[in-house]
Amino acid sequence: MRRGDDRWFRIGTGAFAALVLLVVAGIGFELTRQSLLSIEKFGFGFWKGRVWDPVSGDFGALPFIWGTLYSAILALLLSTPIALGIAVFISELSPRALRQPLAYLTELLAAIPSIVYGLWGIFVLVPIIRKLEVMLGAKPALGVGMLSAAVILAIMVVPLTSSVAREILKNVPSTQREAAYALGATRWEAIKVAIGFGRTGIIGAVMLGFGRALGETMAVTMVIGNNPQITASLFKPQYTMAAVIANEFTEAADELYLHALIEIGLLLFIITIAINLLSRLLVRKVTA
Amino acid sequence: MTSLRRRIVSRAAEIFCAFSVLVALLPLAFILFYVIKEGIGAMNLAFFTQMPKPVGEAGGGMANAIVGTLILIGLAALFAVPVGVICGIHLSEYPKSKFSTMARFAADVLNGVPSIVIGIFAYGIAVLPVKRFSAIAGGIALGILMLPIVIRTTEELLRLVPAGLREGALALGASRSRAIFSVILPAALPGILTGILVALARVAGETAPLLFTSFNNRFWTTNLGQPIASLTVQVFTYAISPYEDWHRQAWAGAFLLVMMILALSMIARFAVRRLERMNRP
Repeated sequence: MRRGDDRWFRIGTGAFAALVLLVVAGIGFELTRQSLLSIEKFGFGFWKGRVWDPVSGDFGALPFIWGTLYSAILALLLSTPIALGIAVFISELSPRALRQPLAYLTELLAAIPSIVYGLWGIFVLVPIIRKLEVMLGAKPALGVGMLSAAVILAIMVVPLTSSVAREILKNVPSTQREAAYALGATRWEAIKVAIGFGRTGIIGAVMLGFGRALGETMAVTMVIGNNPQITASLFKPQYTMAAVIANEFTEAADELYLHALIEIGLLLFIITIAINLLSRLLVRKVTA
Repeated sequence: MTSLRRRIVSRAAEIFCAFSVLVALLPLAFILFYVIKEGIGAMNLAFFTQMPKPVGEAGGGMANAIVGTLILIGLAALFAVPVGVICGIHLSEYPKSKFSTMARFAADVLNGVPSIVIGIFAYGIAVLPVKRFSAIAGGIALGILMLPIVIRTTEELLRLVPAGLREGALALGASRSRAIFSVILPAALPGILTGILVALARVAGETAPLLFTSFNNRFWTTNLGQPIASLTVQVFTYAISPYEDWHRQAWAGAFLLVMMILALSMIARFAVRRLERMNRP
């Protein structure tokens, strides 16, 4: 009787776990179903199209893909050295008593909601960037644009990357560092050995940050200027995939428009899943 | 000679690391400073008790949005806590089974999905069929966002419960479900509640998935089938508006949000500390 009891317990709790699988599958299904009109009409041309014209029903997603990748890569360039520096400082250099508080403070940065970053971005960061642009003689000196978005994304991504990288460094066996010291290495050289040992995991940490930056919505929407154009300029307003969904979803008057927006969501879903899986594999290789 | 160079490089690298901590803490201080400075200035009793005033009229508050946020996170917890906790129990009880590996994986995937995409999903299942934005739809979106955090903390905390407790229960003839629900779960409960608080704090600050699920509402409502205001969406609307007075309100809303989240994370940290002390042999 006990055995039967256990089996029902297993099946009963398993049903709830199955619900989680169902939600993930459901998201993929629902996003595909709701974007069929756009998929059928534009095919692969959707990803290459540069025109976004809801009035004439012509939709191409390339400017948004460009803006998303460009802002996320810029954010990564800004945040990675800082995040790794923090991870190294907290796990290798800092006095023991400072470790916990510093870790807590950096994680606090992750707890601040996106909308608050956006508010701060509009009223504090954008004016600063505008001054910078005027100083540099950039035209147009709007303040809103790619640079503001990249800076805000970088700030938001730092805590994630640094906390995962810290976890990786903690898992590097101390024999690695001891061996380096025994060979006469300086402190930094020993740290480099530790980083080298955990490099797959650290790449994973950076990629997790990348995935976060790709999907970030509110803060970016509020400072990037929301203009679908493909340009390498740091100062021009651009647009991202998440931002266009946030801004235009409730305005989408006809079904094709809505389906085009949801197809962008579908791509975002697929990309972020792929990046998360890959980075988790890399991280797990080191920590497990 | 080379050794001097190497020592200088080492020193420089160490200084860079310390410097990067400062670089990261600077924006934190900067943001908190502005939120507190602008927020406190805009805070008053009316903010908590009054409804938004029409454009052009000064004053008014966010009473409806505060209640809306509470209703939304309440709904989210209602959806996510039972599913998340029971799923976490399953994962910690059968950690190695193929099904558990898949479910854990799904939770990981869910954790990485951008919140706006979750919003589209909630729109598809809860708004589109009835053709109306509703608090329920917003609650579903936030619930899905909470789910992975609740699952993970439950699983991790159940594993922290000393094996002796379980063995004792089983030795006394308890079935597995009895051992879990009467002995192991209660032992881990404070920690799990902490995890739920952290998850609530996180979803309370979400905006993107609410834009087209719970939408917004200028009026007072507690009807779950109707669009409902929330602090975050209200802050967004006010922030991108051209009105000075609305900007002030937006800062006040942001201040309230940040304070709520800080308080929740502080409680959580305190509780985790206590748990760690309890589990130390």
